[in-house]
Amino acid sequence: MELSLLFEKSVLILILTAITLGIATYLTYGERKVAAFLQDRLGPNRAGIYGIFQPLADAGKMFFKEELIPRNAEKWLFIMGPGLAMVTACITSAVIPWGTDLVLFGRNISLQVADVDIGILYIMGIVSVGVYGIMIGGWASNNKYSLYGAIRASSQMISYELSMGLALIAIIMMSGSLSLREIVDQQSGWHGMKWNILFQPLGFILFFTCALAETNRAPFDLPECETELIGGYHTEYSSMKLGFYLFAEYINMFVSSAVMSIVYLGGYNFPFMDAAWFSTHPNWLGAISVAVMFAKVSFFIFLFMWIRWTLPRFRYDQLMHLGWKSLIPLALINMLLTGLGMLLWGK
Amino acid sequence: MERLTQRSRDVVNKKMTFMERIYLPAILKGLFITFSHFFRKKASLNYPEVKKPFAPVYRGQHVLKRDESGAERCTACGLCAVSCPAEAITMVAAERKNGEESLYREEKYAAVYEINMLRCIFCGLCEEACPKEAIFLTDRIVDAEFTRNDFVYGKDKLVEPVDARIDVSKRQVWSYQSNSTN
Repeated sequence: MELSLLFEKSVLILILTAITLGIATYLTYGERKVAAFLQDRLGPNRAGIYGIFQPLADAGKMFFKEELIPRNAEKWLFIMGPGLAMVTACITSAVIPWGTDLVLFGRNISLQVADVDIGILYIMGIVSVGVYGIMIGGWASNNKYSLYGAIRASSQMISYELSMGLALIAIIMMSGSLSLREIVDQQSGWHGMKWNILFQPLGFILFFTCALAETNRAPFDLPECETELIGGYHTEYSSMKLGFYLFAEYINMFVSSAVMSIVYLGGYNFPFMDAAWFSTHPNWLGAISVAVMFAKVSFFIFLFMWIRWTLPRFRYDQLMHLGWKSLIPLALINMLLTGLGMLLWGK
Repeated sequence: MERLTQRSRDVVNKKMTFMERIYLPAILKGLFITFSHFFRKKASLNYPEVKKPFAPVYRGQHVLKRDESGAERCTACGLCAVSCPAEAITMVAAERKNGEESLYREEKYAAVYEINMLRCIFCGLCEEACPKEAIFLTDRIVDAEFTRNDFVYGKDKLVEPVDARIDVSKRQVWSYQSNSTN
C-alpha cells in the first residue's frame, strides 16, 4: 500500500471519528430540544446562547461523577461492557460512503474509509456484536435489574436482527451486490431519484422498525425501561461509563440513520446530480453530496426522536409478537414479492 | 349514571380491525399530533428573568404593619393565633411603658410574635381575624432555608421596616369588595 493512501485514509478516519463523536454529543442536546419542543417546553437554554454548550456541561458533569463499581460485580467485564458498546458503535461507520469522490492535489479521494465488498454483511456483523456490550455490562453488574435489562436487550436484538436481515436481502436481490458504494451508485438513475424506497416501501418500514429496536430506542427501549427496571442494563453504572452507554446509543442512532439513508433513500444521490456542470466540478458535486447525505441522516435522526416522544413503550410480549409474528412473515412476503417483481419485469 | 363529560368511551373488548392492527395509521396520526406541538407557543417562562404575575389576592409571606407614624399596630389580642387553623402563630404580650408611645400604638403590644412558616397554610384567616389591621399576607414568597428553625419567623422578619413599607393595598381593596358583597 502506498504511503499517501495510508495518510489519506488516516485523515479520513480521524475526521470521521471526530464528526461521529461530535454529532453524538450534540444529539443529546438535539434530543432534549426536540423533546422540549414537542412537549411545549423550551428545553436547555442556559449554557451559552440557546444552550448550545449544554453537551459540554453534561460531559463535564459525567467526568467528575464518582466512579462506582459494585462490590460483587465482575470488575473486568463491568469495565469492558461500556467500552465494547462504544467501540462497536464507532467502527460501524467505516464502510459508509459519505459522498462522491473529491479531487484534491491531483488525487481521487474516496469519501469512504473502506469500500469492502461485503459492506452490508460487515454492518450486520458489527450490530450483532453490539449486543455484547449491553449483555456483558448487564450481567457483570450482578444486579437483577441489570440482568433483566441485558436479557431483554439480547433477545430483542436477536429477534429483530432476523427481520432486519430479511428486509435487507430483498435489497441485495435487487442490487446484486453487498457493497454499500455499489448500492448507492445503482440508485443514481432517473436524475438521482431512483431510490430504493420507491421499490421497497414495505421493506423500508420493516427495516426502520427493526432499526428502532436495534438501537434500543423508544418504543422498543425495553432494555433500559426505567419504569420497571430502574435503568435496565446500566442501573449500576455511573460516571463516564454510563456516559459511554448513552453515547453509544446516540452513535448507533447516527450510524443506523446513515445506513437507512444509503440503503433506502439513495445515500448521497440528489435530484439533478447528473447535470453537465457537475462533471467538470467534481469537488462541488462532492460537497453537495455530503451535505445531502447529512441532511438525510438528520431527517432520520429527527424521525427517531419524534417517534420516541410520540409512542409509548411496548409491553415485552407485544414486542416479541410484533417481531416474530408480524415482521418476519412480512419480511418473507416482501422477499417473495421482490423476487416475483424481478422475474416479471426483469430489473 | 349520568356522564360527566362527552369524552369518555365505553371499554369494549373487541377484536381490532386490520387497519388498527397494522398500527401505522394510528402512529402517523400520533406523529402528526406531536408535530403540531412543535410550533406551538411554549408554556415555559424563563424564570428569573420573566416572572409570572401574581394575582392581586395572592397570599404569601405575612407582614406586621405599622401605622402612619411608624408605631406597630399589633396589640397582641391573640385573635390571629386563635383563628389560625394550623396553629402556626404564637405570641407573648407585654405592657407598653411610658415613652414607648412612638413604638407601639396600643397600650398592650406583642413582645414576641412568631409564625412558623412550615405550619402556616397561608389561608389568610389571621388577616381576617385581626381587629387592628396589623397583619396582612403579601405577594412575597417565603425563602428556602436549610434548617427547620429558620422557618420560624420572629418580629425581625415580620414587622415592616419604617423606611421600607410593604404595600398591601391590593389585598385591602379585594377584601373590601368581598365584604361589601356579603
